[in-house]
Amino acid sequence: MAKISIDDLKKIKERERSKMVLRDGEFRVKITVHMGTCGIAAGARDVMSVFRDLIAAKGTHDVILTNSGCAGLCSKEPMATVELSDQPPVKYVLLDREKAARIFEEHVMGGKAVEDYALARGSETTASG
Amino acid sequence: MSAKPLPRMQFMLCAGTGCIASGSLDLKTAMERELKKRNLQDEAVVVMTGCNGFCAMGPIMAVYPDGIFYNQVKPEHAPLIVEEHVLKGRVVPQLLFKEEGKDQIPLMKDIGFFGLQRVIVLRNRGLIDAESIDDYIARDGYAALGKVLQEMSPEDVIEEIKKSGLRGRGGGGFPTGLKWEECRKYSSFPKYTVCNGDEGDPGAFMDRSVMEGDPHSVLEGMAISGYAIGAEKGFIYVRAEYPLAIARLQKAIDDAKDYGLLGANILDKGFDFDIEIYPGAGAFVCGESTALMYSIEGKRGMPRIKPPRSAEAGLWNQPTNLNNVETFANINPIILNGSDWFSSIGTEGSKGTKVFALTGAVTNVGLVEVPMGTSLKQLIFDIGGGIPKKRKFKAAQMGGPSGGCIPADMVDVAIDYESLIEAGAMMGSGGVVVMDNSTCMVDTARFFVDFCVDESCGKCIPCREGLKVMLEKLTDIVEGRGEEGDVEFLMELGQHINDTSHCGLGKSAASPVLSTIRYFRHEYDAHIREKHCPALVCPSLIDFVVMEEKCKKCGLCYRNCPSDAIIWEKKQVARIDTTKCTRCRTCIQNCKFGAIR
Repeated sequence: MAKISIDDLKKIKERERSKMVLRDGEFRVKITVHMGTCGIAAGARDVMSVFRDLIAAKGTHDVILTNSGCAGLCSKEPMATVELSDQPPVKYVLLDREKAARIFEEHVMGGKAVEDYALARGSETTASG
Repeated sequence: MSAKPLPRMQFMLCAGTGCIASGSLDLKTAMERELKKRNLQDEAVVVMTGCNGFCAMGPIMAVYPDGIFYNQVKPEHAPLIVEEHVLKGRVVPQLLFKEEGKDQIPLMKDIGFFGLQRVIVLRNRGLIDAESIDDYIARDGYAALGKVLQEMSPEDVIEEIKKSGLRGRGGGGFPTGLKWEECRKYSSFPKYTVCNGDEGDPGAFMDRSVMEGDPHSVLEGMAISGYAIGAEKGFIYVRAEYPLAIARLQKAIDDAKDYGLLGANILDKGFDFDIEIYPGAGAFVCGESTALMYSIEGKRGMPRIKPPRSAEAGLWNQPTNLNNVETFANINPIILNGSDWFSSIGTEGSKGTKVFALTGAVTNVGLVEVPMGTSLKQLIFDIGGGIPKKRKFKAAQMGGPSGGCIPADMVDVAIDYESLIEAGAMMGSGGVVVMDNSTCMVDTARFFVDFCVDESCGKCIPCREGLKVMLEKLTDIVEGRGEEGDVEFLMELGQHINDTSHCGLGKSAASPVLSTIRYFRHEYDAHIREKHCPALVCPSLIDFVVMEEKCKKCGLCYRNCPSDAIIWEKKQVARIDTTKCTRCRTCIQNCKFGAIR
């Protein structure tokens, strides 16, 4: 391993940040994919993996992805909740890969909720909320 | 940056000695096998962290980003956790921590034990992989060393530490900045900086936890002290009974060398500093500064007369700075956040926080860090969860065998250096042994004296001979041979030992006796005059008689007696056949009504 400089220390810190963001709770956006049996059957895992791939592709450090149980509206699965810090969470319904990608682009990165797929604002909070 | 998706979930599994003993390594294997089985190994990872402090509830595992806290997790729970939590995002309720009388509250910050603590020394506990230097750097690790080398002169560093008010966490409480300043003054080279990791008090495990859980914080503190005093070489003296601490420190040293954070020309700033581990054989006296240094030199660990102080002539007669593990772990946050921040925490004379190992008769046995000035009551009841088995709090032994006890009616005492000394105890390194009303204070004093007799190095007479005489006298008292005047004799002898012993061990070895006499004189008197042990601990001083008016005729003593010495029939008061009785105290421990005396 090469010897490092003070600048390298900062680079390592930056590189490891996404790992730490998960642990210290200082994130900008939290995406929750609802993964009850109903959600999984309807394709929630695809939605989850789209979010994971996009987070990796964009190299964002401040977005965390988590899952929770059935949101109660099984007929509208797969569902996901996107929560920007200091904004009420937005719940999305009947998702698929394409819709997830658009939500990521417009809401998670762009900060503007995608009204076309949204069910409601300020829904109940998850166990981690 | 690779585009491979990062894990979205992390299981921070405690790999401190306590949790390893209760099976956290098996749990890791089981979790990883289960994740692999479901092809989730890239989505969720298990990270082994240092001690979380909540040892009584181990193995413990925190789940992030949810901040959910599972305790007493067993390998057979792994399939359930993976299925429910990872796959379906549902918390597994039966593994959550439960406080008596409250609903299950899963968030770590909501648990009294964690929520009331303020962590500076233990800032990284449970949050980093103890063996990953990158994890440490990600949480501002080595940023203080970088700042010091880039922006500060050694004098600036010393001034900052002086202003912070940091005092030695090993027991004495000497101001750290003054120590560094003293050592810097001498111009003889080489100089050394030494970390005292010879934690030996019965029931203490603060330093072990820091060395195991956050080894780089110790290394960084040492490197900064080396820069401040002008040393290029450091030693960590760790007892060989701490194999995990030694292994993690060694890995940390190797990784730091690879990165050029130790070794020659650190961070390209022209400062050279190297650290070596010296495993000690575990003699208690080697925690004394001069004995410790002789031990590193390969000589017999015995204290010598001071002066000269170690700052002038320590290791190999060269100027040497010696600080405790916890002291070093405080350096990084002080440098990064400033002395004003640090000195805003705590009391007038005691700044910052202190780590305590909470053991004995307390519900939440574990490792806690609280601001100086926190009351003993808060420590034991709010954080420690009080006394189990509905027993009453009797006293807390603070400062190990060199400290003293604090009785229940002084439970409001603030934990800082001065208040504790005033109360007849001392901060010590941070061991707190909680005792309930089933503890005999005379027997406790005898235990600590026995410990010091074993550990006395034998160099000076008051400690070597005086403690032996003390032990004989205490043994006489607990075995029923105590006589009028014994207590006065113990007080006089104890004062002599404290006054005339050579080193810190001897100077404080009689303190447990003196402080128990001060607060529990009546127990000594009961042992001597009534030949009775009020706590029913000393077998020779128990009558083994059932008190008819208290006996509820339940037969629990009868059923539990291992030597068939209890005579009992339904609806009859029990009796003890003293010819068969072996004085094992099983009946006393089982009687719910305190009917046996």
